Amino acid sequence: MRDESTFAVKTGLAEMLKGGVIMDVVNAAQATVAEEAGAVAVMALERVPADIRRDGGVARMSDPEMIAGIQEAVSIPVMAKARIGHFLEAQVLQALEVDYVDESEVLTPADESNHIDKWAFKVPFVCGATNLGEALRRIGEGAAMIRSKGEAGTGDIVEAVRHMRSITGEIRRLQTLADAELATAAKELAAPLDIVRLLAGDGKLPVVLFCAGGIATPADAALMMALGAEGVFVGSGIFKSDDPPTRARAIVEATTHWQDPERVAAASRGLGPAMVSLESSKLEGEQLLAQRGW
Amino acid sequence: MLSTRATEDAGSRRPSGVLIGVLALQGDFEAHERVLRRLGAGVREVRVIDDLDGIAGLVIPGGESTTMMFGVQREGLAEPLRELVAGGLPVLGSCAGLIMLDCAHLGLMDIRAQRNAFGRQIKSFETDLDVAGLPGGPLHGVFIRAPWIAEHGDGVEILAEVDGHPVAAREGRLLAVAFHTELTEDDRLHVLLLEWAQSASAQAPRG
Repeated sequence: MRDESTFAVKTGLAEMLKGGVIMDVVNAAQATVAEEAGAVAVMALERVPADIRRDGGVARMSDPEMIAGIQEAVSIPVMAKARIGHFLEAQVLQALEVDYVDESEVLTPADESNHIDKWAFKVPFVCGATNLGEALRRIGEGAAMIRSKGEAGTGDIVEAVRHMRSITGEIRRLQTLADAELATAAKELAAPLDIVRLLAGDGKLPVVLFCAGGIATPADAALMMALGAEGVFVGSGIFKSDDPPTRARAIVEATTHWQDPERVAAASRGLGPAMVSLESSKLEGEQLLAQRGW
Repeated sequence: MLSTRATEDAGSRRPSGVLIGVLALQGDFEAHERVLRRLGAGVREVRVIDDLDGIAGLVIPGGESTTMMFGVQREGLAEPLRELVAGGLPVLGSCAGLIMLDCAHLGLMDIRAQRNAFGRQIKSFETDLDVAGLPGGPLHGVFIRAPWIAEHGDGVEILAEVDGHPVAAREGRLLAVAFHTELTEDDRLHVLLLEWAQSASAQAPRG
């Protein structure tokens, strides 16, 4: 007897990605650079967040031909993004046999009230969260991996730090509560009580937690690992920098050796300029991607 | 305060416990560490050559084999590992660990792995399987984008198959499995590694 697409199988792939770097790529050539630099997976998308931000307009799921080209080019897992609530895009990505679907705020949301019912899929999902309640709602909907949202395409780490500290801080707070207080905590978090109970007992999310949004340097990646991320997504930070292969290798090395500042220092040397960055506190309401989703 | 280097817990100082290294360049190394600690072993995360000093056994975890191999080359771990295995170091490799053990990677076992042999993630699965010589009934394995063993030498004993393809193999004190038991509550493969590590330590005590 063989069971496919169980929750253990869906979360299992994220377990295997731990301690690794998932890189945004827009074509097969970039995917190959990412794989050769030691990426554990690539995120296939048509425009990196920095370009989506610059170009404006509606950002959608990528062309299946481009995704298939990337699947051909590399042997590591290939992820792709669907718009929040756009379950048809997710079905298309499942039909393409991508390894993970990212229901992503980086794309323009398709549904203003409902995220995708992720239990209805065989393919696993990763979703963004800015705080613990949001993370638990996504898990309740079937997400098998959570990432911080950060503020994609800025090269500014401050939002990712805020989200990661918020998530881990709220987990620590839950662990101090008496059992009788968990129902109210679940209500305040607007999160499923059974997952809140599980979390209060284990002290960690029932799925893998990565960091995304604003990582531009090896030290950024190491910082997020030190704050409790189990791995990192790097979007515009690699292929919008001056020397993508070297920077990609350096971020991989710093993610492995985040506990050793000498190694992070060595990895940080001579990388050339980082991506052109935006200070996220200077962005106006509609320019903030992390506010998409709820 | 954050620890500054590879973690080494109290278990490693326990006289009865053996010290097991877990390759921690990338992957589900923490899941393996939890199992080993549950069994009373000392655990050391291995990222650089110095971390290999004094270990009585090694786990190569699941993860991405390309990433892990890239890390092994960057850290210069391949040659020291070959020397330790030549000296009798027992090793358990799971999934990417099986691939790392094969002739195209670390070359520690006389096997050739077929990567992602069952297909992409959507074809990943869990199942019960009989493992030759393992007491206690079928083992529950989680197969994640799993490899199988496409070819193997005469000195390799095949312990389990799925769809007619070898997914578990033993060669001396090297054990390679295509699946993950570290994500389950079944500790039998790790118990086997600890038994080998204990007997190896008894034969040749390490400093």
